[in-house]
Amino acid sequence: MSTVAVLEGGRSLERRVSLASGARVEDALERLGHRVVAIDVGADFVQRVLDAAPDAAFVALHGRDGEDGTVQELLEVLGVPYTGSRVAACTRCWDKVLAKHLLRAEGIPTPDFHAFNETAFRELGAAQALPAIEEQLEFPLVVKPAAQGSALGVKFARTAADVPAALVSAFSYDRKVLLERYVPGRDLAVSIVERDGEPEPLPIVEAVPTSQDFYDFEARYEIGRTRFVCPAELPEAVAERAHAIALAAYRTLGCSGFARVDLMLQEDGERLFVLEANTVPGLTDTSLLPQAAEAAGISFDALVERLLADALVRAAAA
Amino acid sequence: MTGREPPRSTARDLERYAGLFAARTKVMKSSAMRDLMALTDRDEVISLAGGLPDTSTFPPDTYAALMTSIAQESCAKALQYGPTEGFAVATSCIAEVMAAEGMTVDEDELLVTTGGQQVIDLVCKTLLDPGDVVIAEAPTYPGAVPTLCSYEAEVVQIPLDADGMRIDELEEALDRLEREGRRPKFIYTIPTFQNPGGVTMSLPRRQRLVRIAHERELLVLEDNPYGLLRYEGDPLPPLYALDGGEFVIYLGTFSKILSPGIRLGWAAAPRPVLGKMNLGKQAADLCSSSMTQLFVAAYFERGDWRGYVNSLLELYRRRRDAMLDALAEHFPREAAWTRPAGGLFIWATLPDYIDTTDLLARALREDVAFVPGRAAYLDGRGGSSMRLNFSGVDEQQIREGVRRIGAVVAEQVGLYGTLTGAAPAPASAGSAADGAGAAERLADVLQLPRRGARADRRADAER
Repeated sequence: MSTVAVLEGGRSLERRVSLASGARVEDALERLGHRVVAIDVGADFVQRVLDAAPDAAFVALHGRDGEDGTVQELLEVLGVPYTGSRVAACTRCWDKVLAKHLLRAEGIPTPDFHAFNETAFRELGAAQALPAIEEQLEFPLVVKPAAQGSALGVKFARTAADVPAALVSAFSYDRKVLLERYVPGRDLAVSIVERDGEPEPLPIVEAVPTSQDFYDFEARYEIGRTRFVCPAELPEAVAERAHAIALAAYRTLGCSGFARVDLMLQEDGERLFVLEANTVPGLTDTSLLPQAAEAAGISFDALVERLLADALVRAAAA
Repeated sequence: MTGREPPRSTARDLERYAGLFAARTKVMKSSAMRDLMALTDRDEVISLAGGLPDTSTFPPDTYAALMTSIAQESCAKALQYGPTEGFAVATSCIAEVMAAEGMTVDEDELLVTTGGQQVIDLVCKTLLDPGDVVIAEAPTYPGAVPTLCSYEAEVVQIPLDADGMRIDELEEALDRLEREGRRPKFIYTIPTFQNPGGVTMSLPRRQRLVRIAHERELLVLEDNPYGLLRYEGDPLPPLYALDGGEFVIYLGTFSKILSPGIRLGWAAAPRPVLGKMNLGKQAADLCSSSMTQLFVAAYFERGDWRGYVNSLLELYRRRRDAMLDALAEHFPREAAWTRPAGGLFIWATLPDYIDTTDLLARALREDVAFVPGRAAYLDGRGGSSMRLNFSGVDEQQIREGVRRIGAVVAEQVGLYGTLTGAAPAPASAGSAADGAGAAERLADVLQLPRRGARADRRADAER
């Protein structure tokens, strides 16, 4: 039996989801016989970790602080082992631009893009480069904040006239945004969980929008407007390639413990592109990674236990 | 996590239980906005998002005395079921409140409900089949949106201007529907200090609306939670008073004049309609709380309800003025907003390139919140507007909250200017010589009233 601090809630836009993930992890840990201390991550975070003196921390904190490496950095300092990726991998994955550069350098396909800080537009006249960017990436293109977990702030620009407002929206979430080539096709998610230090891809989940408006990102994530299929109905060869690409991305970005890699399968049914990797994927009863785990015969409790064991083993090895 | 997550969803549960859910649940929405709104209740956030009356002003001594009297005099009754239509001691209080707004009502034309919200639900339940047309205002009360959706109404939203619902557009819409062989089941309106618009329907429009209802034999649901919260000007007759109780269903509530926590509202309606609503209420909850009905009765008997409302008027008027002043000082000249003569809300509209849902995410980083305009539409419009509440927090917080929102709006206006090569706008509306002109142009486009005379005066004074 261990004392485990479950980090959840926090101040990010994904607070609500994180509380749901955290609650579910707490239940599982209790069923597994551990002592659980739930920590809603806020101003007293360090003090609460010190008070709890846990054997390990389970990071169920999505978005800012939980996925950008902040709490991981603090846990390193405090000497508390924790689940999931280390600081460096969190930093790489949280910044979609950095992640895409690393993937591209390794030859892992990711949609073409250009990224800018707000200062490029405010101080360097980057707006004048927009026509050239638009010509390269073609319309419609996707505009999104470099660091933001949910669909919030992700916009389609159908024409040049849409781009400035889409940029303003994306800059609402982050100082850095990217303009990305739109890949029409199927939305796939490959969840990866390590077994004895070896990353293992789980069955693929496909998000199928039931709404016909493919340009409405939010619609894709609303109840009743998206259907999730697991395992995704794919030719075996395609599924294998998706697994291989997701694993390559996982390794390139240096993830550990678990992660979810999001891909697009282009309309031709051939080409696959990595959009991003998530170091603290959702763990609610409707989230994709637990669904994929269940499809692979790994119960939620077993998943939680495996992630915790991985954290303790890594800490012992360090 | 990423966008791929079904974060706010029970998508998998939907799969699992899909065969069990009623068809109408498919149109019940859960959205990203809910995730954002979940962040607005942190202690450090100045929330201009709610619609909360300031219940901290109600004297605890009065509350204690009233509850004691209920315990001593009618304990068993308070703890027992009551009649579906409500206790007579409660309906007589309701008649008194309605009389204060110039309405006479027979007490047997009243139905006590669990908040005003239940009236909306019961009217939908009584009148709507799936696909039926309902007319509402654009924007409309955000809390009515889920109700209308859950009854699968097809909602046609009619724009507002400074004088309330555009009756000419209403008539056009009714004619168009008639050509399609469709007839709306009811017209939903908040004529006085509209939520979220803050505007009030003029007397001629009220008269026209009632005339239209009579000529076309259409029901009107008049939602009037704020009528007694008038901070200036003369009261206008409610539609119910103009109509004589023939085609208007009236919705009243104690929420804004006493307490939303007691969950008591009411409907006054033509008897055949009321009879059906009564059956609907039996099915829903049998009766509203006996305890709080007795609380209201005791309060009206012993307390000074008008005095309390008057004290709220003083408080809210100051808060409204603080918000209007702060808007003039801190919002850019491209913004326009309403100047309500009462109620709890101001509706502000920003340039169309600003999405207020995204802006809220940015504003939350500065610990301030509002309701994004999209919540007040069923068709995705309202993306550049916001609802601001001035009753729930004190003046100092209102000023600071508006200052913070103004700062993030100015940031986005400046950025857009940079992106499009437009000249950056001066920061402050109040000091911009042509600020009123810009607001007026925008107002024309959006059918919003032009910026309040007060802001114009300020601009003049500073010129």
